[in-house]
Amino acid sequence: MLEVRDLHAKAGDRQILNGIDLTVNAGEIHAIMGPNGSGKSTLAGVLAGRNGIEVTAGSATFQGNDLFALEPEERARAGVFLAFQYPVEIPGVNNAYLLKAALNEVRKYRGEPELDAMDFMTLIREQMKLLEMDDSLLTRPVNAGFSGGEKKRNEIFQLAVLEPSLAILDETDSGLDIDALKIVAGGVNAMRSPDRAMVLVTHYQRLLNYIVPDFVHVLSGGRIVKSGGKELALELEDRGYGWIETEPAAV
Amino acid sequence: MTQVATIADSYAEQFGRFKQQTALPGALASLRDEAFSCFERLGFPTTRLEDWRFTNVAPIAETAFVAQVAQSEGTDHTRLDFDALHLPRLGGPELVFVNGTFAPALSTTDGLPAGARARSLATVLAKHDVDDEDGAEAVASRLGQLARIESRAFTALNTAFLRDGAVIEVPPGVVVETPIHLLFVTRSHTASVLSQPRVLLVAGENSQVRVVESHAGDGETPYLSNTVTEIVAGDHAGVDHYTLVREADAACRVGSLHASLGRASNFSSHTISLGGAFVRNEASVVLGGEGAACTLNGLYLANGRQLVDNQTTIDHAQPHCDSHELYKGILDGRSRGVFNGKIIVRLDAQKTDAKQSNKALLLSEDAQVTSKPQLEIFADDVKCTHGATVGQLDEDSLFYLRSRALSHEQARQLLIHAFAADLLGHIKVEAIRRQLDALLLERLPVGGA
Ligand SMILES: Nc1ncnc2c1ncn2[C@@H]1O[C@H](COP(=O)(O)OP(=O)(O)OP(=O)(O)O)[C@@H](O)[C@H]1O
Ligand SMILES: [Mg+2]
Repeated sequence: MLEVRDLHAKAGDRQILNGIDLTVNAGEIHAIMGPNGSGKSTLAGVLAGRNGIEVTAGSATFQGNDLFALEPEERARAGVFLAFQYPVEIPGVNNAYLLKAALNEVRKYRGEPELDAMDFMTLIREQMKLLEMDDSLLTRPVNAGFSGGEKKRNEIFQLAVLEPSLAILDETDSGLDIDALKIVAGGVNAMRSPDRAMVLVTHYQRLLNYIVPDFVHVLSGGRIVKSGGKELALELEDRGYGWIETEPAAV
Repeated sequence: MTQVATIADSYAEQFGRFKQQTALPGALASLRDEAFSCFERLGFPTTRLEDWRFTNVAPIAETAFVAQVAQSEGTDHTRLDFDALHLPRLGGPELVFVNGTFAPALSTTDGLPAGARARSLATVLAKHDVDDEDGAEAVASRLGQLARIESRAFTALNTAFLRDGAVIEVPPGVVVETPIHLLFVTRSHTASVLSQPRVLLVAGENSQVRVVESHAGDGETPYLSNTVTEIVAGDHAGVDHYTLVREADAACRVGSLHASLGRASNFSSHTISLGGAFVRNEASVVLGGEGAACTLNGLYLANGRQLVDNQTTIDHAQPHCDSHELYKGILDGRSRGVFNGKIIVRLDAQKTDAKQSNKALLLSEDAQVTSKPQLEIFADDVKCTHGATVGQLDEDSLFYLRSRALSHEQARQLLIHAFAADLLGHIKVEAIRRQLDALLLERLPVGGA
């Protein structure tokens, strides 16, 4: 589904990604871990089309198409979803309005009829229950004044409604207490399907207790320096990142 | 002879003819003479005047506009003719004026409660008789009380050619439920029309009324719509006033609104500017009774080479009065915005609470805005805050929306709408708010000339 080859990228004037290789197949869950500043959000951002990141070498294809040739909205319509590490507060834009507009754009792309307000509300009821979303969060402006946990839940709620093929979750677990983490993990697990792939960026093993990954990668200095199975996350939890960076980056 | 002198002669000549044709009751006849000499003495304002520093009136001063005097004008129009002007339909009492002249065939007073009156000024003045059954005397004595001619050239010009307009009277205790719509249409196809309607609104003690002034026009010939509105809100009265400016692309507008507020009255003004090459909106409010409250809101959309200038003066003359002022501009193309917000707090006006905020959203690199707060505070126990911001659309917000499958254009419109959302929320006339929602979400042109 996603093939990233030798990806180099700059943010501002800084070279941040220094040759990323990553293959994600349908049905798989990949965890990306790594120290602060190693480039995890930059990788997530460049895949979603964040402005200000310049690809200097390498490629990424999504379902066989050149991802970098697509505008951010075209990627989203084609099925790439990024759950933001820091969801943006947008006062004056109604949360439900945005979600309905987003869903209808995706449906148009898929050749499905657009939904009116009634059908939309019926359709999102289930996902609202799943993520224990309060009605008031729908009528409020996007993320404005939401608590940290509410913002993250709202991201996963959007994910559940939009049903993308590839979900990239950037530190969706950080800032969540244990109850909220369970709700969010429950939401993500409900989205697991043989047709869908997920990339979880996280610092902590804790999330991976609830969402068990098929692969774990360690990103350091803008490169994937180690990859393994779910045990790798446990080892990282025990030993930190120091030991990897000293080892040769052979995978 | 210079061009300016030629134009001055043209006004003098027009005024002379106008006086011959249009009789006014005694006091008003001398007011108009006085007004014209004020206008001659003042001339059009120059950028040397503090209140005109950023606004050059050359497009007005150099055009020989033709003051409209004919009473028959406008009878050959239908309401349908105005559909292209995108005016809201409010479904209540509506007085229509074409080139400043009342068009009775297009107007209705259906929906006015007993006692409340909405009449054309020309009708009122024509009925001026010895018995004064229709209260013409009261109307005549009010005119010019708030809109002073001594130092304002445009007000003087309007007053000199005083002839027609709208007079709304709401007696004490009367509540007018549906908004009263005053529709001023300027049609300028051949000559450069000078349209100068006058509005007088007198809201009696403890009455309530909502008035919408729509100013619109068509035709390619530049015209000048120079309007003066005087509002008297009695003690405990509630007055909501809307000014919707949708003048033609080539048009100039100078509109001044003056309000005087009685004790514990509540006044709000919403000035929405959407069209016109040169738009100057002046609002000045005197909080003249203890505990009065006023809201002055303004929203403008400018594009191309449009200039939109909002001048506000809030005079806190009595204690315990509140004023809230919020003006927002959305500027594209090479447009310019000017905001000048003066707040005066007099020595006696203790416990004043005055808030002023002015925000501009610049959608292009060539758009410009100038903002000037002016606080003159003579009392010591007061709260006065003011702030001005100028910004662009937020890149992170744009990306967030696009990452949710919205096109760049959709994301942009949504953020533009969001910028104005708080102001839109204050608009209580549903038809206007719906129109603005649609305009901001769908039709705001991109780029600009
Ligand atoms: N626009 C930019 N200009 C300059 N440096 C940038 C820019 N964006 C990111 N960086 C830097 O690039 C590095 C990688 O940032 P990134 O956000 O990808 O790290 P991360 O692995 O997600 O870190 P964290 O775990 O703290 O979220 C950081 O040092 C960051 O300061
Ligand atoms: Mg990060």
